[in-house]
Amino acid sequence: MQGMTRSELMAQLAAANPHLRLPDVELIVTTVFDGIANALAEGRRVELRGFGAFSVKRRDPRTGRNPRTGQSVQVTGKVVPHFKPGKELRERVNGGPLQAEAAIKAA
Amino acid sequence: MEAETLTRAQLAEAIYAAVGLSRNESAALLEAVLEAMSAALEAGDQVKIAAFGTFLVREKGTRIGRNPKTGIEVPISPRRVLSFRPSQALKARLNGEAAPA
Repeated sequence: MQGMTRSELMAQLAAANPHLRLPDVELIVTTVFDGIANALAEGRRVELRGFGAFSVKRRDPRTGRNPRTGQSVQVTGKVVPHFKPGKELRERVNGGPLQAEAAIKAA
Repeated sequence: MEAETLTRAQLAEAIYAAVGLSRNESAALLEAVLEAMSAALEAGDQVKIAAFGTFLVREKGTRIGRNPKTGIEVPISPRRVLSFRPSQALKARLNGEAAPA
């Protein structure tokens, strides 16, 4: 399976928008992901209808264990980013509307 | 302190402010970024954005589900689901730590 990277994404945008200078394409991509990351860092939610929503989830402090030594260690609380795909993207990735969900509802 | 949600409008505005294109074109380019990512994911490719995270498509096999209301068992067909793995840099940033090298 091949994949798309940040630079691949920029190359595609540049090819589709020949009137833009490469530094501008780079700035656009950076602005999008920095914008999302900054909002999350402020504890804000990011909602991009059809694509998905980014949010932050809080993890409480807990007592963990070093799996090698078995010693318990204090793990501090932290926040982790979370992404929930939007309906439209979820369906596109799965190749159409979710049939199984329809089946469950119909049963 | 429920902070305001960030939407397409503000992201497009950020592009407008940073790049100096028209508001319309800024909005269209934001859409183009999301569409390019969506198309790659739809093709089953992963999308890896350095210093942000990786979007990947996972194949799920058939399993037996249950209608929670009626208790009737129904097979859930194999499907592809999208997941997101945040990068170390993004996780560090959210926790106010310096990004790892």
